Amino acid sequence: MGHPRQKVGEVLLEVSGVSLSFGGVKALHQVSFQARERELCAIIGPNGAGKSSLLNIVNGVYQPSAGTISFAGVQRKSMSPREAALGGIARTFQNIALFKGMSVLDNIMTGRDAKMHSSLLAQALYWGPAQREEMEHRCHVEKLIDFLQIEHVRKTPVGRLPYGLQKRVELARALAAEPRLLLLDEPMAGMNVEEKQDMCRFILDVNDEFGTTILLIEHDMAVVMDLADRVVVLDYGRKIADGTPEEVRRNPEVIAAYLGVPTEADREAVAEGAG
Amino acid sequence: MQFFLEVLIGGLLSGVMYSLVALGFVLIFKASGVFNFAQGAMVLFAALTFVSLEERGLPRWGALLASLAIMLGLALVIERVVLRPLVNQPAISLLMATIGLTFCLEGLAQGVWGSVVKGLDLGIPDVPFDVKGVLVSQFDLFAAAIAGFLVAVLALFFQYTRVGRALRAVADDHQAALSLGIPLQTVWAVVWAAAGAVALVAGLLWGSRLGVQFALSVITLKALPVLILGGFTSIAGAIVGGLLVGASEKLAEVYLGPVLGGGIENWFPYVLALLFLLVRPEGLFGEKHIDRV
Repeated sequence: MGHPRQKVGEVLLEVSGVSLSFGGVKALHQVSFQARERELCAIIGPNGAGKSSLLNIVNGVYQPSAGTISFAGVQRKSMSPREAALGGIARTFQNIALFKGMSVLDNIMTGRDAKMHSSLLAQALYWGPAQREEMEHRCHVEKLIDFLQIEHVRKTPVGRLPYGLQKRVELARALAAEPRLLLLDEPMAGMNVEEKQDMCRFILDVNDEFGTTILLIEHDMAVVMDLADRVVVLDYGRKIADGTPEEVRRNPEVIAAYLGVPTEADREAVAEGAG
Repeated sequence: MQFFLEVLIGGLLSGVMYSLVALGFVLIFKASGVFNFAQGAMVLFAALTFVSLEERGLPRWGALLASLAIMLGLALVIERVVLRPLVNQPAISLLMATIGLTFCLEGLAQGVWGSVVKGLDLGIPDVPFDVKGVLVSQFDLFAAAIAGFLVAVLALFFQYTRVGRALRAVADDHQAALSLGIPLQTVWAVVWAAAGAVALVAGLLWGSRLGVQFALSVITLKALPVLILGGFTSIAGAIVGGLLVGASEKLAEVYLGPVLGGGIENWFPYVLALLFLLVRPEGLFGEKHIDRV
């Protein structure tokens, strides 16, 4: 189990003491963790534990009420999603956020937007550098389409694709930016077994081939234990565990919060212990 | 037969004038998913600005460039003051904001330039000429050529450039577009500027036909059936919809008018749009929305 690869490098992302509240609700409380270069790090926890909020903070959608985030050696209290994107953070969303009316190809091309620089006028005339730039980026996108095996639907509007393929297109769009850090918010939610296996394979391939650091939220425990190098567990906005899948699996707090559903006998035992 | 052709061609050409107004709506709808109520007010504002600048002694080209600059400036101000605070808000909030904008623009235009009806002469003779016995209005032909040019340019721009793609992306999903590093502010400023330029063109053509007056902002309501027929998201649709509305309202007036009592030109397009909504709610060229249940 797990992938004992000697691959991780320097710390790429460091979240320290991050808190976030919406009005009176504390979504996150003093959460700290690190993700190293080329690491595949999973965030797990029950519903409402603050996983997506954490991702939204890393990607600049939410500003933390306390704490700092440092990415690639630059420490900041907050940033805009655009700054995050330009800095090399890409993401997918829990509920697919593709551009439904646009073709698969156009969707993925938007992922390269941050990498394109030609001026508005040059583009309007579709002239010289602008044309060359478009071609270069198109080449890169075609490679990704190959990689994720979605050649057959490249011209189809994504709104017409089945769910599993849409998730794959969203992954492709995120990869198009050649991110250093990839945030995946439940990439396998709502998929059948076969689709899940495909997605797992793609995530591992991305991690291996491109050396992308991946921060992944997932509910399927089997998947998490299989994929992740390290697992961070959140519960009610607090971090309750952080370690290899093996360590986390044995952590009693995690079992209580998330993994184990105690039987009637367990509950009595706990009650006696407490009393 | 000749009479029929004359009515048809006259209708098609006047339809182009509707298309021009509809085009402004489509631009903004494509880029923000919002129906811009203020488009009519922008048409009025642009035309009034041009006429008043000319009245104050600016040469024609100077007035044109100055009005264009003012429309672009207006777009930047709208983006900064109205749109930016509404990023990531539901489309309905943006819609309400554009209704508010309508009143501001109408008030501003008339406050600054006065509310007297002003004549506008573009120097294009409005005399019909004879094509094999069918009379065609020269002015209408001119308007059609301009509209055709604008449409070709805008369609290519949207389909084949990065900014065009970014515009469509922003229209679909703000949050996703932001996460990709697409600068929402720039995109909105560009699209409102384009809509402002289109409004200027529409304002000049309509203004020279009807005089520059408050009614201009009401006439733009005719763009609604055009959009319903053509589809809110399609530039080509705005043109085809305009042609359909123009042709059908003229033909209906001439052939159904005597039976129904005349004056049906004014409401016929809306009936047509209503019927169309029942059969094909997304319009001829609109994107079909399939919602998962």
